[in-house]
Amino acid sequence: MFSRAYKTVVTVPPLVWVTVFLLVPYFLMFCYSFWSVSPAQAIVHSWNFDNYKELLQKTVYWQTLLRSMWIAARVMVFSLLLGYPLAYFLSFYAGKRKDLLYQMVIIPLWVSYLVRAYAWKTILGSDGVLNTLLQYVHLTSHPLDFLLYSPFAVVLTLTHIYTPFTILPIYAALEHIPRSLVEASHDLGATPTQTFWKVIFPLSIPGVVAGATFAFVLSLGDFLAPLLLGGPSGIMISNIVVSLFGAAYNWPLGAAISLGMLVIVVSLLFLSERLEKKWSFS
Amino acid sequence: MGTERLDHQPPYRRRVNTVFQSYALFPHLTVEQNVAYGLRVAKRPAAEIAQRVAEALDKVKMTAYAKTKPSKISGGQQQRVALARALVNRPRLLLLDEPLSALDANLRRQMQVELKSLQREVGIAFVFVTHDQEEAMVMSDRIALLRSGELEQVATPREIYSRPATAYVAQFIGHTNLLKGDVRGGVVRCASLTWATSLPDGQALFSLRPEHVGLVGSGAGVSGGDAVRVRGRVLHQAFHGATELIRVECAEGLVLVVRTASGAGVQNEVELEFSPADAVLVRESPERK
Amino acid sequence: MEFLVSGSTGNIPRSRWLLIHAAAVFSFLYLPIAVLILYSFNGQGVGGFPPHHLTLDWYRILFADGPIWDSLLNSLQVAFAAMAISLTFGIPAALALDRAQFPGKALFRRLVLLPLILPGIITGLSLLMLFNVMGAKLSLMTIVLGHGTALISVATTEVFAGLQKLDRAQEEASLDLGANYWQTFWRITVPNLKLPIIGAALLIFTLSMDEIAVSFFLIGRDNTLPLEIWGRLRRGITPEINAVSTIIFVFSLVTIVVWYRLRVRAEGSADIGTELAEGAARADR
Repeated sequence: MFSRAYKTVVTVPPLVWVTVFLLVPYFLMFCYSFWSVSPAQAIVHSWNFDNYKELLQKTVYWQTLLRSMWIAARVMVFSLLLGYPLAYFLSFYAGKRKDLLYQMVIIPLWVSYLVRAYAWKTILGSDGVLNTLLQYVHLTSHPLDFLLYSPFAVVLTLTHIYTPFTILPIYAALEHIPRSLVEASHDLGATPTQTFWKVIFPLSIPGVVAGATFAFVLSLGDFLAPLLLGGPSGIMISNIVVSLFGAAYNWPLGAAISLGMLVIVVSLLFLSERLEKKWSFS
Repeated sequence: MGTERLDHQPPYRRRVNTVFQSYALFPHLTVEQNVAYGLRVAKRPAAEIAQRVAEALDKVKMTAYAKTKPSKISGGQQQRVALARALVNRPRLLLLDEPLSALDANLRRQMQVELKSLQREVGIAFVFVTHDQEEAMVMSDRIALLRSGELEQVATPREIYSRPATAYVAQFIGHTNLLKGDVRGGVVRCASLTWATSLPDGQALFSLRPEHVGLVGSGAGVSGGDAVRVRGRVLHQAFHGATELIRVECAEGLVLVVRTASGAGVQNEVELEFSPADAVLVRESPERK
Repeated sequence: MEFLVSGSTGNIPRSRWLLIHAAAVFSFLYLPIAVLILYSFNGQGVGGFPPHHLTLDWYRILFADGPIWDSLLNSLQVAFAAMAISLTFGIPAALALDRAQFPGKALFRRLVLLPLILPGIITGLSLLMLFNVMGAKLSLMTIVLGHGTALISVATTEVFAGLQKLDRAQEEASLDLGANYWQTFWRITVPNLKLPIIGAALLIFTLSMDEIAVSFFLIGRDNTLPLEIWGRLRRGITPEINAVSTIIFVFSLVTIVVWYRLRVRAEGSADIGTELAEGAARADR
């Protein structure tokens, strides 16, 4: 039905744009990672593996990467623990309020990251809301230090930000489950709890995988929360990259780390895609 | 059920099983696992489960597909699995919600026969929901006809057809002529038709099946001296294979539908006759919310 | 048969726990924002409990704050420009994915959707390197290019979903009646995609206004609003930030509710989770 000219016209412009502004930049990042920086702060285009050697040998990079992954993993787990029951409630128990409650889930999702991270900063500070509240009701006698400028604060904030991200795919997966399957399960004698574990949960796994992937990948690459709330002990891998492109001025090294992150993220995406396919039955 | 109210109990305690219209097979489980579901949930021992599942699959002839997933088998095969899954639990009663509506005509007829013999074999009551009246007539020992959620009549297929209780039942199954008449002094008057009756005075509604109306002189005449006769003009003749349905307009606007054997030539002007015994009294079926 | 078999699927104790959990999670999601809003009226500034004398001072200071207004203006310009770019390239991309076959289509689809799930730092840095190599100076223009590129995926996803609901026969009828492809596109295709396009535009606008991660690396001399706020946050907390955050929240809230209503009208449900789940991580169809 559509002529070749039509198809060409709709395909070529986006293709060109995407090539220039997505593919080429990634390729450049790849190139940069093999260059180095001269003492005069100029980029030297000599091809070598120095950056990668540096990354593999210096422990600080590994430590930070592992810490970042640990933070991301915790965010993923907490987001799922918070998000799944809510998604389940929304899909199966919300009835007439479903629409309203769904809106209430997506609103925080699109409201500024900055606003939400900042909110936590004001709450967790040593004379922030939480500390003064605790002292006001005499639960504590002095401010709790670990609340702010710690990995704890980063995990808390990122969980807050990414929980709606996990709720959405899980909710979508749950909504796709035909209710007749739930009826059939009851008909065959299974209680609601048995029905959940034997029928509903297995069929929702693709949504869980998608949500978990979002939470993990986006947390892993986050640099704003650590900057605002992480303190020295909460530095994540992206912060290292940021400083390499800033004050520490070593673009090639930064590019190498970024490329590494890109590879990790894309691998995770492939992995999660395969997992989703494996657990998809419709 | 007996003295027990089933609708007050949650579904998983009723010991009644259902075959769903969409089959509702669990897509993430194999055929075998689907059939075993009810038994697993009841925590029966593994050996018993294996044996009963094998038996059930054999009964519906799906043994070869035990390890297959539902998405890989046809609609008819899915239906058998749904049957096995329900029956393996030995319920007191089996509910079937339009299980054959998704199948094509030939497969449907085949399954009707199989279901009937399966029911005889298993020996429990099957409550079968359908919109297809032919299916209901063919398969049922008894039919319960519902209108707007309430029962109109519960009877054997023959009774429902020949002695419908209401106008709705009469019109729902097969074709019929609904005759509205006045009774006065032992005589029914409907348009230009009259016949004797023992009904009290008042309004009465009658159902007259087209096959009980004959064409005078066609050889398929109506015996009995009390035959009611009327002349009319043929409006339309419809070919239905073995028989034909003829619409005839009579005096005072009354239109009668007549069923005759195919092939008989029919004139434009005809004379019809029927026996009053074939005009069955039926109740009105007023509009329901 | 529904009257026999349907009915509640839960027994009461279980759904009560779920309800409590749901309420708790919603509190977790909204309380920090509520605190923020409350404290934007707090005379004592940030921190301290309970908040003392309510005041509009912070809002007054905010409205007199020049740089904030400048950055807001910048953000608006960027947002509209980004919207233009994303739609101009995102709509054809959706059409291409829906209707054309070409080598590398799978890669194309993944590439287009990648910025949606990739951490912003990677998108931002890669573009920074591009501009560096091209010798381009960082400015609002580079930010526009960054946002536009990153948000094409939003336009593509929404329009693609809208295309699935489109009755193909309508376009066929138009061609049959003598209109050419260009006319059919503007007279039939676009009007039918009106709601997804508006929805996408709203979403892109909001996301661009709030965007920090990519902008962080592409910024020149002029700040966008989030980056202006960010700069002040780095220097210390000023309570007027509470005020501006509250205002941002209110605007986002309104925009999202409007977007949601539009979407429900367009498609009967506003299930964006499906696209996030399917679009960002699945292969092409």
